Amino acid sequence: MSMTLAEKILASHAGMEEVHPGQFVEVSVDVVLANDITAPIAIAEFEKLGLGRVFDAERVVLVADHFAPNKDIQSAGQCALMRRFARAQGLPHHFDVGRMGIEHVLLPERGLVLPGDVVVGADSHTCTYGALGAFATGMGSTDIAVAMATGRIWMRVPETMRIVYHGELQPWVGGKDLILYTIGRIGVDGARYKAIEFGGAVVDALPMAGRFTMANMAVEAGAKAGLFAVDDVTHAYVNGRASRPYRVYQANEDAAYAQVIEVDVGQIEPQVAFPHLPENVRPASQAGDVPIDQVVIGSCTNGRLEDLRVAAEVLRGRRVHPDVRCVIIPGSQQVYLDALRQGLIETFIEAGAAVSTPTCGPCLGGHMGVLAAGERAVSTTNRNFRGRMGHPESEVYLAGPAVAAASAVAGRIAHPRDLRPHARNT
Amino acid sequence: MTITGKAWKYGDHVNTDVIIPARYLNVSDPQELARHCLEDIDPGFAGTVQPGDVIIAGENFGCGSSREHAPLAIKGAGVSCVVARSFARIFYRNAINVGLPILECPAAVDGTEGGHQLEIDLEAGQIRNLTTGQVYQAEPYPPFMMEIIKAGGLVPYIRRQIEAGDLSIR
Ligand code: SF4
Repeated sequence: MSMTLAEKILASHAGMEEVHPGQFVEVSVDVVLANDITAPIAIAEFEKLGLGRVFDAERVVLVADHFAPNKDIQSAGQCALMRRFARAQGLPHHFDVGRMGIEHVLLPERGLVLPGDVVVGADSHTCTYGALGAFATGMGSTDIAVAMATGRIWMRVPETMRIVYHGELQPWVGGKDLILYTIGRIGVDGARYKAIEFGGAVVDALPMAGRFTMANMAVEAGAKAGLFAVDDVTHAYVNGRASRPYRVYQANEDAAYAQVIEVDVGQIEPQVAFPHLPENVRPASQAGDVPIDQVVIGSCTNGRLEDLRVAAEVLRGRRVHPDVRCVIIPGSQQVYLDALRQGLIETFIEAGAAVSTPTCGPCLGGHMGVLAAGERAVSTTNRNFRGRMGHPESEVYLAGPAVAAASAVAGRIAHPRDLRPHARNT
Repeated sequence: MTITGKAWKYGDHVNTDVIIPARYLNVSDPQELARHCLEDIDPGFAGTVQPGDVIIAGENFGCGSSREHAPLAIKGAGVSCVVARSFARIFYRNAINVGLPILECPAAVDGTEGGHQLEIDLEAGQIRNLTTGQVYQAEPYPPFMMEIIKAGGLVPYIRRQIEAGDLSIR
C-alpha cells in the first residue's frame, strides 16, 4: 500500500485506506478560498444550494486582492458583495484593504493553511500551499460554492510526477529560475492532470519563499498540485503561525510515480520566459537585446520578503533606468512592514521605483501598471499570456527578482552580474 | 441532444486570459462577458459567432486561471460545444459544472477546419463533419461526471443530494 504524498493526503481526507490515480473520491476540505473576482460567482452559486450557512466560518477565507483597492466602480461592487457575504456569514478570515495581502502570500503567513491540509481555492495558484506539504488546488467558483456549503468536494486522484533537483546552485539562481527551467523542459502541459512532488538536495536546502515560488507555478505546467515534503524548514515556518493542529504525511519510499525527472541545477543560470507562454524559457545571458518599458516585482509568485531582499540587493545604490517604470508590490501588509523596517522600501524609492500597497494589480492587467500597445515588461509574476498585463500587443517576460531588478537598472533584460558595480544612470 | 453549427478553429494552449481577458472580470454576467470572448486572438469572433457554433481547438484548451468566467463567456456567446485534443483540468471541471458541453476528440480536431459544418450528438459523443462527411467518436465521460452532466451541472446535482437527504456536511 505505497502511496505518494498527494495520494496519502487524499486518502486520509476521503476516509479511505488507500487511493489510486484515476479514482474519483469525495474528500473533506480544511480550507476553502475565494477572491474578489471569483467570490461573486461562488456566492451566487452558494445561494442556489439553499443551505444558508457555510460549513465552517473559520475555514472559509475571502481575500480582496485582485482589483483591490478597487480599480473602478464595478470592482468596488464585487468587493462590496464579498464583504456583505463575509459579514452575514460571520467569517473571521475576510481580508480587506489595509489588512490584506495577495491571497497566496497571506494565507501561509497567517498560519491558515498548514501541512497535510486539503485546500481548495477559486484561484488557480492555490497550488502554492503545496510548499507546506498540503494538497492544494485551484477550482472554479461553482466547485468552491459547493465546498463552502458542504466542506467536501469531488476529486480525481492525480498521478504523481516526481522532479528531483541536485547539484549546486549558481549565484542569483532561486526558486523562480528552477521552476521556469522546469516548465521550459516539460512544457505548459507537461504535468497536466498530475501532482508534482518536488524533491532532492537542492529543494531540501531551499528556504520556504523559494518553495512557495515553485509550488505556485506548478499549475503553469498544467499540474493539479505541486507538493514538497514537510521538513525542518517547513516546521520552522509553521511554528508560531499555525492557527490549529495539523498532521504531517510522508510519501512511501517505494511509491509509484508516473514519471521521475532529474534536474542537475549546476548548469542553470537565471531564466527568462519569453512571450507568450511560460515554457518559452531562455537563460538570461541568451535573452539578446530586449529593451523594456516596465518592471514589476511582486505577486503571489515573488512578493515575499526574501524576494524584495534580492531586488534591494541589486537596486541598492543604483538607479532605475530613465526609460523604465519599476513597480514593486509587497505581497502582504506584513511583508510591506518588514521591508520598511529593514530599509528595503527606502532603497526602492531612492532607486526611483514605485512601491504599492499589496494587490494583484498589474499581474493580471488589472491596474497599478497596465501596459500599452507595444510595451514590454519584465515581471516576477507567473503568466505571460497574450494581453495578460494589458494591451494584447504588449509583452511580458517572466523572471525572478534578481533579473527583474537588474533589468530595471539596465533598461533591457539583464543578468545581475552584468551590471556595472553600483552604476548610476543619471 | 443533437446540435449543429459552424466550426471556429484555434490552436494549442488557448488560455483563459485570451478566452476572457482579466480586464473584463469586473463583471460576471455571461452576456456581458460574451462580448469580449476570444477578442485578443480573434477580434471577429464575438461579433459573428452564431448560436450553435462549435469551437475546435488543440491541446490544453482553457489552461491558466481558474476563472469560471471563461466557460461562461463561451456559453454566453452561444457556443454549443468545445471539441479539443485535450483540456486543462480546471477548465474541464468548470465547463462540466456550468453546463458547457466539451468533448475530447483529437481525430475530429485534425479533420475539421474553421467554417466546416458540424453535427454533434452529445449523449453519444459523436461528431459528424457535414462538410467532409467524416464521423468521429469522442472520449466517453467517466460515469461519475456523466451524472453531473445529466443533472445539469454541479449545483443541481448537489441540490438533488440535499433534497434526498443524503448529503454529508463535513
Ligand atoms: S498575483 Fe497574479 S497570479 Fe497571483 S493571485 Fe494575484 S492575479 Fe493571480
